[in-house]
Amino acid sequence: MSAIDAAAGPRLRRRGRRADDVAGLGRVRAGVFVAPALALIGLFLVFPAVWTIYLGMTNYRLTGLAAANPEFVGLDNFASALTDDAFWHSLWLTLIFVLVSGVIGQTLLGFSIAWALRHVRGWAKSVIETLVLAAWVVPASVASFLWLALLDRRTGTLNALLGTEGTAWLIEYPMVSIIVFNVWVGTAFSMLLFSSALAAVPPSQMESARMVGAGSWQQLRDVVLPNIRGHILTNTLLITLWTFNTFTPYLLTAGGPRDESSILAVYIYTTAIPGGQLGMGAAISLIMLGINLVIALGYLRVARAASGGSK
Amino acid sequence: MTGEPLLPQAADAPGPRTAAPPPSLGRRMVRHYLSRVLFVVAMGLVLAFFALPMLWLVTAPFDADPSLTVGWPDWTLANFARIAENRYALGSLRNSLVLGLGTMALVLTLGSLAAYALSRVRIPGRDGLLYALLLLSSIVTGTAAMVPTFQLITQIGLINTQIGVILVLAGGVLPTVIFILKDFMDSIPKSYEESARLYGASPLQILTHVVVPTARPGLAFVAVWTVVQVWGNFLVPFLLLRTPESQPAAVLMYTFYTEGGQPDLRLLSAFSLVFSVPVIAMYFLVNRRYGFRFHGGIKS
Amino acid sequence: MAVITTTALVKEYPGGVRGVDGVDVTIADGEFFALLGPSGCGKTTLLRSIAGLESITEGALQIGDRDVTDLEPGERGVAMVFQDYALFPHMDVADNIAYPLKIKRVGKGPRRQTATEVGDGLSLDGLMQRRPAQLSGGQQQRVALARAVATRPEVLLLDEPLSNLDARLRLEARTFLKELQRELGVTTVFVTHDQAEALALADRIAVMKAGRLQQVGTPREVFSRPVNTFVAGFIGSTPMNLVESETADGAVRVAGAPVPLPAGAQGRVGDGAKVVWGARPEYLKWSTTPVEGGIEAEVSVIENLGASVLVSAHRGETRLQLVLDEDDEPAPGDRGWVLPTPRRSLLFDSETTDLIG
Repeated sequence: MSAIDAAAGPRLRRRGRRADDVAGLGRVRAGVFVAPALALIGLFLVFPAVWTIYLGMTNYRLTGLAAANPEFVGLDNFASALTDDAFWHSLWLTLIFVLVSGVIGQTLLGFSIAWALRHVRGWAKSVIETLVLAAWVVPASVASFLWLALLDRRTGTLNALLGTEGTAWLIEYPMVSIIVFNVWVGTAFSMLLFSSALAAVPPSQMESARMVGAGSWQQLRDVVLPNIRGHILTNTLLITLWTFNTFTPYLLTAGGPRDESSILAVYIYTTAIPGGQLGMGAAISLIMLGINLVIALGYLRVARAASGGSK
Repeated sequence: MTGEPLLPQAADAPGPRTAAPPPSLGRRMVRHYLSRVLFVVAMGLVLAFFALPMLWLVTAPFDADPSLTVGWPDWTLANFARIAENRYALGSLRNSLVLGLGTMALVLTLGSLAAYALSRVRIPGRDGLLYALLLLSSIVTGTAAMVPTFQLITQIGLINTQIGVILVLAGGVLPTVIFILKDFMDSIPKSYEESARLYGASPLQILTHVVVPTARPGLAFVAVWTVVQVWGNFLVPFLLLRTPESQPAAVLMYTFYTEGGQPDLRLLSAFSLVFSVPVIAMYFLVNRRYGFRFHGGIKS
Repeated sequence: MAVITTTALVKEYPGGVRGVDGVDVTIADGEFFALLGPSGCGKTTLLRSIAGLESITEGALQIGDRDVTDLEPGERGVAMVFQDYALFPHMDVADNIAYPLKIKRVGKGPRRQTATEVGDGLSLDGLMQRRPAQLSGGQQQRVALARAVATRPEVLLLDEPLSNLDARLRLEARTFLKELQRELGVTTVFVTHDQAEALALADRIAVMKAGRLQQVGTPREVFSRPVNTFVAGFIGSTPMNLVESETADGAVRVAGAPVPLPAGAQGRVGDGAKVVWGARPEYLKWSTTPVEGGIEAEVSVIENLGASVLVSAHRGETRLQLVLDEDDEPAPGDRGWVLPTPRRSLLFDSETTDLIG
């Protein structure tokens, strides 16, 4: 072969054509491997997001004249959304919903359960964990019906237990209902996350704190919380995003009565699909995407600052 | 040793222990028991809160005449026969299965190819791309993009088809799947592949002989996770499937209790249980076998 | 029939860092060849370049009479045992050994047979159905070796072959490895950071530093005539004493004490030259009475090495270490004379660090 040419002495060559990764894949083949997934994501995730921007600027409707020939209306939709009391009301409800059920309810309850059970072994721990987890895993349609049954005005178990027959919880207290419901559904995530975080706190640090006489609260404050700061952050971000975007309360109250529990996700749906105003719905969706983006970026900032600017 | 204490100040400094006299034994016992009782009561309340709604799901399906109130059932299995009698019930479970398995197959194939390439090849901008995708998938939720998604699927003629739902769901979970799988694949020692490569294995052989078998826990995890996601998903099929024949259980079940008159509690209770058991079983299986990996224990 | 020749071989990483910086070396057929150096010296990169796992930036690589510079790893006829053995956890021992044959499309029957034969040769019979996780470290290593030699490679590459074994097993495995290599007669290149391993196993050693070869030679050459102070300091289980000195009156002034010029340096260095005087602790003697050419010093620390002791003696700021027989053990605080053997001492140029003689 090229023995002569190798023997002819040192050659100077620059190469880049042979794959230089462990699998010998090379960039081109790697691209081929990645492309189908990217195409699918592009078409069904990125494109709808981008398309929302355009749709939000049309008077597109589900039916009627504007369904066939949507007109470009510029920022009218945004203007009317932002001047519409119903939108601000919905945003306000969403804020309460996210703060109370997500950030406070799920996180605190999840952490408390994880903290309380951290040294417990045996059946009590399994029973509680299993139940909390089951609430999370059960399909949303089932979970919401379970709550419809529990809260039913006439024959609901809750009324039977409390002796408050005839109380229509979902109508009289719609926000409280969906908040409690959401805590019930979502606490498992925080519980699981925090119990794995707590398990990872170095025992030697806890022991050193105990050696110098720190009590439970002091250990929590000085050793545990600093150690699980990253987990708290992750948990808060995910819980915030999920709670902000959840559609499940619709299955309980359908936003009612009279929009009293019409959080943003529900509001978009009722505006766009039953209400038929697709353009308007898209405009509100875009505002929602914007808020999502702000939450996510805000989290990234905090996360970066927390990790001391390192990658 | 010279006999000098190494830290002379530690010997005579008033420590926290000596400063405050320790509480008497009796008071400590009381405090101890009080906190035990409080602890048990609190856990009891938590237990009740999570158990109460669940009780209906485990009693009503076996009750000959179920009501919305939880009670000791009048044991029967007849309710389950109702599922077969309903026109759409069995079909909807089949639809759920089709959606779940279809999405899983698609996501697993595309996801592992992409994750592998991203894990092993330094494609420029790889990390940025991954994070952008992950960010995107967490901000572009079914809810926020429901209008254009509905339109897109209508435009390409996939409205009312399972394939349309599968594509949308797959697009939504793929970034997370790629992220999780890349993590798993990153943890496979590179020497496995290098060694296969030394013996002349091609990239595809390396993937099928070495990477896939070693990443099996990750793949299993992602598979189960995807099925659970899809199985319970309400919004996407609710939006894109308008006929009862094509709807999965999550949507059909909702129509059981919202459309017209008194809900048929016999059917509803039995159906709820049959619909819930597979995902519960799968979750606990994954939890037992692999534990929750936290980038992955994500259920949105 | 496989000589390995590298010609001005360079491996440059993105960013301009050179892992291997112009290496010319010829490894003879059937030779057991060691690449030795501290971590980050480029020895593993060189090994992986030979394997084809790293692409070569400049220069050429020849195995046998083929230029393999641009060939895929699978086409080079090399086999490699990785530091972590890289046994596939989902395959049993037999499947692991037979895997290279599977890739080469050898039928199932012959594959099994070869795996069994090779496995027997490495006393793996009885373990063939086990998974790697069920094997001890030594067994895993033998499986990895079996898999590597199953295809009768022209070249066998070993990356830190003994580093994953515990200390006692390591000696046993070392002997075993040398026997196996002799038996197979395959050209073998191995990487190690352990000089004792290199000295014990290799026919020849290449000492590397910062991507460049420092010295290539037999263990004896590298040990007794290191070409520079780096090699001198790196080889040997107790590091060589290296003392900045100056020549004067036909002698070396080691910390002020006149010491005879090393035998090899006589006539090669004039007076007033800045030099580094080197002597291995094993070649120094201790005298409790004044001796001509001895260096007076005070014993500060004694470390027991079993049958011998490592004595640290100070003369001012200069520390000298000696390995003495257990019978000659001095006590800390003793004063005495360190006596070098001129035949075994070395002199290096202080500026270039190269060996004068």
